[in-house]
Amino acid sequence: MIDPKQIKKDFPIFKNHPSLTYLDSAATSLKPKSVIRKITEYYEQYSANIHRGIYHLSEKASEEYEDARKVVALFLHASSANEIIFTRNATEGINLLASTIGVTNVSEGEEIVTTVMEHHANFVPWQQRAFDAGADFKVIDIDKNSVLPLNLSGHHSKSKKLVSMSDIISKKTKVLAIGLVSNTLGTINPVKKIIAAAKKINPQLVAVVDAAQAVPHMKIDVQDLGCDFLVFSSHKMLGPTGVGVLWGRHEILEQMPPYQYGGDMIHTVSLSETTFADSPHKFEAGTPHIAGVIALKEAIAYLEYVGFSNIQKHEHALTQYAMDSLLKTFNENIEIFGPSDPKKRAGLVSFQLKGVHAHDIAQILDEQDIAVRAGHHCTMPLHARLGIPASTRASFYIYNDLQDIDKLIDGLKEASKVFSKKS
Amino acid sequence: MSIYADLILDHYQYPRNNKTINGATAKVDLENPLCGDKLHMEILEKDGKIEEIGFTGEGCAISIASASMLTEHVKGKSKKELLAIRTEDVLGLLNIELTPNRMKCALLSWEALLKLVKI
Repeated sequence: MIDPKQIKKDFPIFKNHPSLTYLDSAATSLKPKSVIRKITEYYEQYSANIHRGIYHLSEKASEEYEDARKVVALFLHASSANEIIFTRNATEGINLLASTIGVTNVSEGEEIVTTVMEHHANFVPWQQRAFDAGADFKVIDIDKNSVLPLNLSGHHSKSKKLVSMSDIISKKTKVLAIGLVSNTLGTINPVKKIIAAAKKINPQLVAVVDAAQAVPHMKIDVQDLGCDFLVFSSHKMLGPTGVGVLWGRHEILEQMPPYQYGGDMIHTVSLSETTFADSPHKFEAGTPHIAGVIALKEAIAYLEYVGFSNIQKHEHALTQYAMDSLLKTFNENIEIFGPSDPKKRAGLVSFQLKGVHAHDIAQILDEQDIAVRAGHHCTMPLHARLGIPASTRASFYIYNDLQDIDKLIDGLKEASKVFSKKS
Repeated sequence: MSIYADLILDHYQYPRNNKTINGATAKVDLENPLCGDKLHMEILEKDGKIEEIGFTGEGCAISIASASMLTEHVKGKSKKELLAIRTEDVLGLLNIELTPNRMKCALLSWEALLKLVKI
């Protein structure tokens, strides 16, 4: 089991802010000192550009950088390191796909399918691409329990509540873009089953998984998921900001046009033509965030040292405790979004407290050094679907403990007291 | 110190001019997408002065209290007097320290009013 008190010692921010209760890891996680040290190591010991210099500092930097690709490939169970493309973040990974396969594969009258619970990063690029192409942009709705009501059994369902996959996916569907974990609801989508059912109807469709909220918390195996592309950000999984990963199937990557042009992505350039490097370099134009990519290795090492089964057990216990405490304390004065069964959700709880706006809650909590997220969490279509302008979100990670949740409850009691109407 | 002073809470819980105006001469709708705040404001202009002003909408305590205080402050003022008001004056009405993110909440009603008088 995880001992958050021990883990906290590895995160220097708690030395500088001993009273900090950080409940916003779904926005970005805190960083362990091993990651911070690795960034410094690059700048202090082998600060040179990669893939260019014929001198030992550059060779060392290139070696560390390319080693990160191998580490990420193993981490995701990719077929080879060549399937790993480093981006700025998950958002850039999706934009890369929308402006390459989104252009070559999607034509007028065809379809892009996504869900109403997507983060704007996995929604807007596809929506805009569909509009540009004159394609249909289909959005799968959620049900009352905040899950996708899809019939994935392969059998005909008599239930009117479940939607048949053949009503959503057709031969016209070119892209299926879906999040593994919702950043607002916490819902864990059965992505493996959804992709299998969709590909049964149309084997040609490209399945894109936004794993930004999943990779920090659960073991990901791209072969098992059966997707064609998967994206995530380093900064939500203990790694540096400014680094993301796009994994793609080698045979598709080889067919894809480049995303950006410039240095490091070419094979030869002449006045009359340019030939491009092979994947993954074809998709990495310009000098990347070398220190960040190298330090991502340390984040992965830390997560594997703690162990995903421990992480999941820990987060599940925190989520269960948070949901129970919130309901017990506020009863009908609180509305918790997402699946009611804590087992069916990831380590975050979004809620609305009666009579107190989310921003006011966050402000009052901040006065007690408790950091939560308030607003629409980059899921405006989902908030519109829930019929609310904003919500407050508390998200948990390995350094959180039950006391953090007790503090949250006390802070919310205070917010509720401040806003209780005076007679 | 908490920004939720009694005065702010009073204006949030019992907002002044929280109404629509009969025969309004100008109306505006504004949103603060960051928080999901929505504000609708109306004025009745007569002889170059704000004869009546009202607002409806949903928002955090700061945005509602600010709208309530601002509408009280500008009622009866001429367009010229309105345009002389600076953002610091609006923040001065609230009399609290605000972080940059909350500034947007506090100034939403002021933005609405500027749109109305410039129409």
